[in-house]
Amino acid sequence: MPKRTDIKKILLIGSGPIIIGQACEFDYSGAQACKALREEGYKVVLVNSNPATIMTDPEMADATYIEPLTADFLEMIIKKERPDALLPTMGGQTALNLAVELAEKGILDKYGIELIGAKLDAIKKAEDRELFKEAMKKIGQDVPGSAYIGSLKNGLDAIESIGFPAILRPSFTLGGTGGGIAYNLEEYKELLERGLKLSPVKQVLVEESVLGWKEYELEVMRDGKDNVVIICSIENFDPMGIHTGDSITVAPAQTLTDKEYQRMRDASIAIIREIGVDTGGSNIQFALNPETGRMVVIEMNPRVSRSSALASKATGFPIAKIAAKLAVGLSLDEIPNDITRETPASFEPTIDYVVTKFPRFAFEKFPEADPTLTTQMKSVGEVMSIGRTFKESLQKAIRSLETGSYGLENINADIKTTRAKLKTPNSERIWYIAQALREGMSIQDIYELTWIDPWFLENIKQIIDMEEKIKVQSSKFKVQSLSPELIEMMKEAKRYGFSDRRIAQLLNIQETDIRHLRHQNNIHAVYKMVDTCGAEFAAYTPYLYSTYEKPFYKVESEKLKVKSESQTPPQPPLSKGGVGGVVLSELISENEANPSSRKKVVILGSGPNRIGQGIEFDYCCVHAVLALKELGYETIMINCNPETVSTDYDTSDRLYFEPLTIEDVLNIVETEKPEGIIVQFGGQTPLNLAVPLEKEGVKILGTSPDSIDRAEDRKRFKELLHKLNLKQAESDTALSVEGAIHAAEIIGYPVMVRPSYVLGGRAMEIVYDSKSLQEYMKRAVKASPEHPVLVDKYLEDAIEVDVDAISDGRDVIIGGVMEHIEEAGIHSGDSACSLPPHSLKEDIVNEIKRQTKALAKELSVIGLMNVQFAVKNGDIYILEVNPRASRTIPFVGKATGIPLAKVAAKLMVGKTLKELGLTEDKHIRHIAVKEAVFPFDRFYGVDTILGPEMKSTGEVMGIDEDFGIAFGKSQISCGNRIPLSGKIFISLKDKDKPPSVLIVKKLLELGLSVIATRGTAMYLKNHGLDIEVINKVAEGRPHIVDLIKNKEINFVINTVSGAQAQKDSFSIRQSALQYRVPFTTTISGAIAVVNAIDMLKKKQVNIKSIQEYHKNK
Amino acid sequence: MSGKTLLVLSGGIVFEGRSFGYEGETIGEVVFNTSMTGYQEILTDPSYKGQIVTMTYSQIGNYGVNEEDVESLNGPKVEGFVVKEYIDIPSNWRASMSLGQYLRDNKIVCIEGIDTRALTRHLRNHGAQMGIISTVDLNPESLLEKARKHPGISAFDLVKDVTTKEIYKWNKGVWKWQPAVAEVQSSKFKVQSSEDKNSPPHPSFTKGEQREVKVVVYDFGVKFNILRNLVEAGFDVTVVPAQTPAEAVLDMNPDGIILSNGPGDPETVTYAIENTKKLLDKKPVFGICLGHQILGLAMGGRTYKLKFGHHGGNHPVKDLYTGRVEITSQNHNYCVDINSLHGQVRLTHKNLYDGTEEGMSHVEFPIFSVQHHPEAGPGPNDSAHLFTRFRELIEKA
Repeated sequence: MPKRTDIKKILLIGSGPIIIGQACEFDYSGAQACKALREEGYKVVLVNSNPATIMTDPEMADATYIEPLTADFLEMIIKKERPDALLPTMGGQTALNLAVELAEKGILDKYGIELIGAKLDAIKKAEDRELFKEAMKKIGQDVPGSAYIGSLKNGLDAIESIGFPAILRPSFTLGGTGGGIAYNLEEYKELLERGLKLSPVKQVLVEESVLGWKEYELEVMRDGKDNVVIICSIENFDPMGIHTGDSITVAPAQTLTDKEYQRMRDASIAIIREIGVDTGGSNIQFALNPETGRMVVIEMNPRVSRSSALASKATGFPIAKIAAKLAVGLSLDEIPNDITRETPASFEPTIDYVVTKFPRFAFEKFPEADPTLTTQMKSVGEVMSIGRTFKESLQKAIRSLETGSYGLENINADIKTTRAKLKTPNSERIWYIAQALREGMSIQDIYELTWIDPWFLENIKQIIDMEEKIKVQSSKFKVQSLSPELIEMMKEAKRYGFSDRRIAQLLNIQETDIRHLRHQNNIHAVYKMVDTCGAEFAAYTPYLYSTYEKPFYKVESEKLKVKSESQTPPQPPLSKGGVGGVVLSELISENEANPSSRKKVVILGSGPNRIGQGIEFDYCCVHAVLALKELGYETIMINCNPETVSTDYDTSDRLYFEPLTIEDVLNIVETEKPEGIIVQFGGQTPLNLAVPLEKEGVKILGTSPDSIDRAEDRKRFKELLHKLNLKQAESDTALSVEGAIHAAEIIGYPVMVRPSYVLGGRAMEIVYDSKSLQEYMKRAVKASPEHPVLVDKYLEDAIEVDVDAISDGRDVIIGGVMEHIEEAGIHSGDSACSLPPHSLKEDIVNEIKRQTKALAKELSVIGLMNVQFAVKNGDIYILEVNPRASRTIPFVGKATGIPLAKVAAKLMVGKTLKELGLTEDKHIRHIAVKEAVFPFDRFYGVDTILGPEMKSTGEVMGIDEDFGIAFGKSQISCGNRIPLSGKIFISLKDKDKPPSVLIVKKLLELGLSVIATRGTAMYLKNHGLDIEVINKVAEGRPHIVDLIKNKEINFVINTVSGAQAQKDSFSIRQSALQYRVPFTTTISGAIAVVNAIDMLKKKQVNIKSIQEYHKNK
Repeated sequence: MSGKTLLVLSGGIVFEGRSFGYEGETIGEVVFNTSMTGYQEILTDPSYKGQIVTMTYSQIGNYGVNEEDVESLNGPKVEGFVVKEYIDIPSNWRASMSLGQYLRDNKIVCIEGIDTRALTRHLRNHGAQMGIISTVDLNPESLLEKARKHPGISAFDLVKDVTTKEIYKWNKGVWKWQPAVAEVQSSKFKVQSSEDKNSPPHPSFTKGEQREVKVVVYDFGVKFNILRNLVEAGFDVTVVPAQTPAEAVLDMNPDGIILSNGPGDPETVTYAIENTKKLLDKKPVFGICLGHQILGLAMGGRTYKLKFGHHGGNHPVKDLYTGRVEITSQNHNYCVDINSLHGQVRLTHKNLYDGTEEGMSHVEFPIFSVQHHPEAGPGPNDSAHLFTRFRELIEKA
C-alpha cells in the first residue's frame, strides 16, 4: 500500500512537561514520528509546551508551537495551520485525551481534520473500561470481574460481589493517578471517594484483585493491511499490584512455554483488531494466575507508550518511527528494518539477551510520602540494561541506577523488618530479597511473601551463592597474582554481571585492584550487537552492550596447526583440561564492537531521569552528538536510560547501552580509544566521572577538570571571586557539626546549608537558628573531611538570576539572562523564570553579563557555563558557577534560537565562536517564561511549599510578546489555571503582608473578589481594601478548606514561615492540590499571577510558532 | 552435570562448556534456532533428526518440560542441544520436570556455557556444518577428525528413523488452556514416562467439532501439531508410515492426503517421491516442509540447500493470494526451486527475509504446499488457516 497523498500536513501533539508516568519517552517517540513523517514528505505541525525536548527543536517540524496543550490553544493553531490530519498516538495520554476532546468538541470536524493511527472509536473502546470489557467479552477474552462505579452507594453494592482485596482505578487519569488497592471497607470507601473526585468523568473501576498474579505486556503493531506483529514480550519481576512503571521488568517473557506465549500472542492480535487500532503500536497487559495459568486481559494502550520505548530499545525495532509511517498508509512489509537493511519491518524481533528495566524513585525528596508501591506510579525515571543472562542484566541495571548501589549489597535488618519489607512492595525490595536469601530464607517462603516468580528468585539466589563463593576466597586473594581457580571464579563472577566494585567489596580490596587483576589475566568485556534477529542476519547499526563470554578457539587437524581467525590480539592459552599432547590454540573472544579508525568522541549521557537531572541533560547530549557529527566526528554515546532520544540507535554513530560507572565507561574507552570524552552535557552523572577518568589517562574535552574544580571547590572558588573582585554571600565550609554551628554564627542566620557536589539541591535547607542547624546536620548529612558541608548566608528576598554562557576560552557569549519569579532560596529548578528579565534594570543586567564574562575568561571555560546570581538592594552576589550544561540550556535555546549545546560541543573540539559566526549576545523582543511542574499529586501528605530542595519533575515554557501573557501561558501549561473571575483566597506570613496590598488592590480592580484569613484580612482592611474573612481550619467551621471543597475558591495565595505555621496551614494547600485549585506559595508568584490576570483580560492571547519567533536571526 | 564438555565444528572451531544433559558423545549437523520459546517442541520435532540444535535465546530451561508440549513420542529427536545458559530450576504451573532431567533421561548430549552468539554468527557466515559434542572425549583433535569423517546428513534417509511403524488414527485437537482441576495440580512434578506408546492423553487438548473429512497423513516425521490442527479443522486423521505404497493409501480412499514434514535431504527419500508421483492427479494433496519438497521433486523439479537453513518463529511470509504477511514457524534447510517446475505450479508464498519460495499450488490439480509450518508448535499460529484452506479445497474438489 503506498503512502497517502490525500493528506499533506499532519498535526502532532507532544506530551507536555515531564511528570511521573509521562517522561521523555514521548520526546523519543515524538521526535521519531517527526523525522519519519518528514522523511515521507509530509509537513509536520508540532505542539508541545515542553521546551526541553528534541521534538521542539525548530529543525524537527515545519511549524513548532511551544504553547499550552489545551483545546483552546490547539484550535487556534489548527485554525492557523489547517492540517489535514492529527496523529494523536505519539504524545502519551496527554495527546490522546486532547485528541478526544478536540474530536468531541467538533473542532476536528469543523476544520476537516482526520484522526490517523487511532480513530475516536478505537481510543474510546480502549480507554473506557466498560467498553473495553465488553469488547473483550465479545472476542472471548477473560477479564477480571469488575464494576464501573459512579457513586459511593453503587460502590458499596458492587463490592459485595467483587470482594477484597479490590483494585480501584479512576477513569481517564494519568498513570493511574488516584488508583489503589483496598483491603477493607474503610480503605475502600476512602479510595473510592478520592477516585471519584480525581476522575474527570467521575467514574471508578472497581476490579477483582489479581494481586500476586504474573504480569506480562506485549507490544503489538498493526498496519493498514491488517498485518499484525508482536515486537516484544515483557515479563514483570514484580507481580500484579505494582504499577508496571514501578516494576522491575524483563524482556523477553521468561517463564511462558511456547503454547502459553502463543495464546497471549493470539489474544493480543484479536484485541488490537477488535479495538480497531488502525495502524501503529499498542501495548496490551495481561495477568496470569501462577497456579492455574488463567489469563486475563488487564488493559490496552492504543498508542505508543513508555513500554513501547522500552520495547524499541530492548529489541532495536523503532516502534514510534514505524507507527508514524503506518499511520500515513505504508504497510509493514514496505518499510525496511534499518538494522539489517535487507529485511522488512514485517517481522517479529527475536533477541539473544535479557533486558532488565529498573525504576528509579525519588522518595528521598519526599520523606513524608508513603513509599509503598501500588497501582499508582511513583517512580521518576528508569534504567535499562542488557546482558546475556538475567543475572548479568539485573546486576548491570542495579549499578546503572546511580543510587550508590553496585550489586545486591548486604542490608542490616532483623528478620522481622526483612519479612515486612518483602511483604509490602517498596523500592528496595530486591535488596531485601537478597538479604533474606543470604540469611537462609527459602525461595518458597520469599515467594509466599512477595509473589515474585521463583524463577527470578532462583536467579537472585545464584548471585548470592556466587557472592559467598567469592567471599570465602578473600584471604587467598593476592593482588599480585591469582591461581587458575581464582581466575576462573573471577570470570564466572563477571559473567554473572558482578561489578568490579562489588567484587572488591566482597573481597575487601579496592575496585582498582580488581580492574588491574582483570587486565593482568585478560578478563575483558566483549561487545555484542542488538540486531533484532538473534544474529541470523548481518546488522549494520552499531548498537552495543557489554558481556563476558567464554572464548573459543580453532584447531587445524593437520599437525594441530593453530590459526586465529579473529582480529583479537593473541591471548594466553586456555586452561588445560587434561588434554595430553594437544597444542593449545589462541583464544578467540568474539567482539562485535569493531571500532573504526575515524576521529571520534565519546559523549557520556545522564543516566536515569531523577528530580534534578532529567530530560534537559539528555537534550544537551543529543545536541552534542548532532554538532560533532556535523563536524565529521564519529560520535559514541554511552547511556542507560531507555526513555531518551540519546539512546535511539540512530542518534549517535555508535551507541553503547551501558551503565555510567567508571568500570563500564573505561571498558568502552579501551575498546574505542576516542580522542576525548565529553562530560559537560549529562549533568552530575558524567561530571562525577571526570576526575577518575582523567586519572586513568582519558582526555576530557572542554573546560579542564581543574577549572571545574576551581568552581566546585569552595575554597578555590572564594579565591577566584576575590581575584575578580566579585561579591559572594558570606560562606564557609564545615567538616563537622560543631564546625557548621561555628560557621553559621560568624556568618549570621539565616543560613543555607548543603553537602558539596550535589545536583538538584539535595539535602539543602535554610535554617534560622542553631537548633535546627544541629537537627539538619544529624538528619541530612554525614559531615566528614571527604564530604564537607557548605554553610552560606541566606540572602532573604533577593532576586535570583540564572545566566547561561558559552565560551571558546577567549571570547564569551551570553546565551541568556533569566530572572527568577520566586525569590532566592527557592531552588532554581523549581522557580519560574523569565528571559529576558522582566523587572531587573538594564545596568544590573549589564553588570551581571560583565561578571559572567569575567568568570568564564578566568576559568578558561571551553563550552558551557551557568552562573547563578542573587540581586539584593542593587548589589550583585554570585551564588554558584557551574562550568557545564545547566538545566536551562534547552529553554534558552528555544527562547533565543541559539542552539547553545551544539555550539558548545563544537567549541570543545576546537572551534572558536568567531568561526561559528557568534560575535555578540543575542537580543530578543519576545519574552519566554519557564515554569516548573511538580509531582505533588502523586505524593499525598507532601507539602507543596517550595524550598531549596528541588522537587519538580519537569518544565513548560510560555512565550509571547508580553511578559504577563507569557507567564499566563506557562501557568496554563502546567495546569495552573489563571482565574479571570471569581474568588481568590489569600493567607500570608507577616513579611509578605506589605507587598500584598498592591496585589489585592489590583485583584479587586480587575473585578475579582478576595477572601482572607483573619490576620491577613485585618492588615488589608486597614489599608482600605474590601475583602471577606474566613476561618482557618483551627478556628471552626465553615473554614477555608470547606470553601475549597465546595469549589468556591478560584485561586489560593498562601505563604508561610516557620514550621508551626506551615503545619497549621498544611490542610489548605493539601485541599487546593486535591481539588485542583490553582495556587502559589510565594508572594513573587502571586505578583506574577496578578500581572497575568491583568494582561489576559486586556489582550487577546495569540499563538506563534518558534520558527516565526526566530525568523530574523 | 557441569562436567567439561566440548563442541567441535568440522570447520575446526572448538567451544568448551559444561554438560547439562547425558554424558556421552553425539554428532550431527549444527544449526541454530531463533525461537525464544518452544525448546520442548523443537527437541521433539522429528525434522531435527540428524541435527544438533543451538538455541540463540540465551536462557533455556526456564519453564522446564511438561507432558503436553511434545511433537512426537519417545523423547527428543535432536542429536544434541546447545545453549548459552541452562536453567535447572523450572518455573511454570505445567512443568513436570527440569529440562536437564528430561535430556538425561532421554540420553541427549548437551553443552551449555558457551558463546552461542559467536557460534550462530559462525554458522551464519560459514554455513551449517557437522559438529560433535562430547563429554567423554576431550581431545579436540580426535573430535574434529570424527566430525570430518562423518559423511554429512544428506547421505542418509533420516525419514525411516522417525516415521511410524504402524498405521494409526489421531483424534486430539490443539492445546487450549483449561480451567484448573485439583487433579491436574496434584500431578505436578510427576515424571513423564518416555516409554509411553499411546497418543498423549491430555485433558488440555480439544477435539474438533466440525464434520469430518478423511485425510491420510504420510508420516515422514510428522509433528503432532499438524495432526492436532487437522483435527481442529474437522478432519478424520489417519497416519501412515512413510514407505506405505501410494496404492495402499488410495485404497483407503481418503478425501485428501497430507505429506508431512520430516528430517534431512528430500532427495534421499526416493520411495516417497515415487509414491507422491502416483498421487498427483488422484487426490487433493497438502504438503508441509519436507512434504512440500517431496512434492516439488515428484513433479520433476529440483531442490537446493540453504546456507544455514531457516529455523525459528519470526520469519515473515507473504501469502500472495491475500497480500497479507504471516509470521511463521520455520524449520528447513532445503527449498524447492519453483522455476524448475516449469509452470506446473504457481508461487503462492514468499519469504520476505530472503525472497525464498515458501509455498506453491498446482495450476491444474487441487494440490498446494508450504515450506513453513502452519501448525506452529513452536511459533505463531498465523498460518493455521491453511488447514481450513485445505479442507475448503477438498470440499470444492
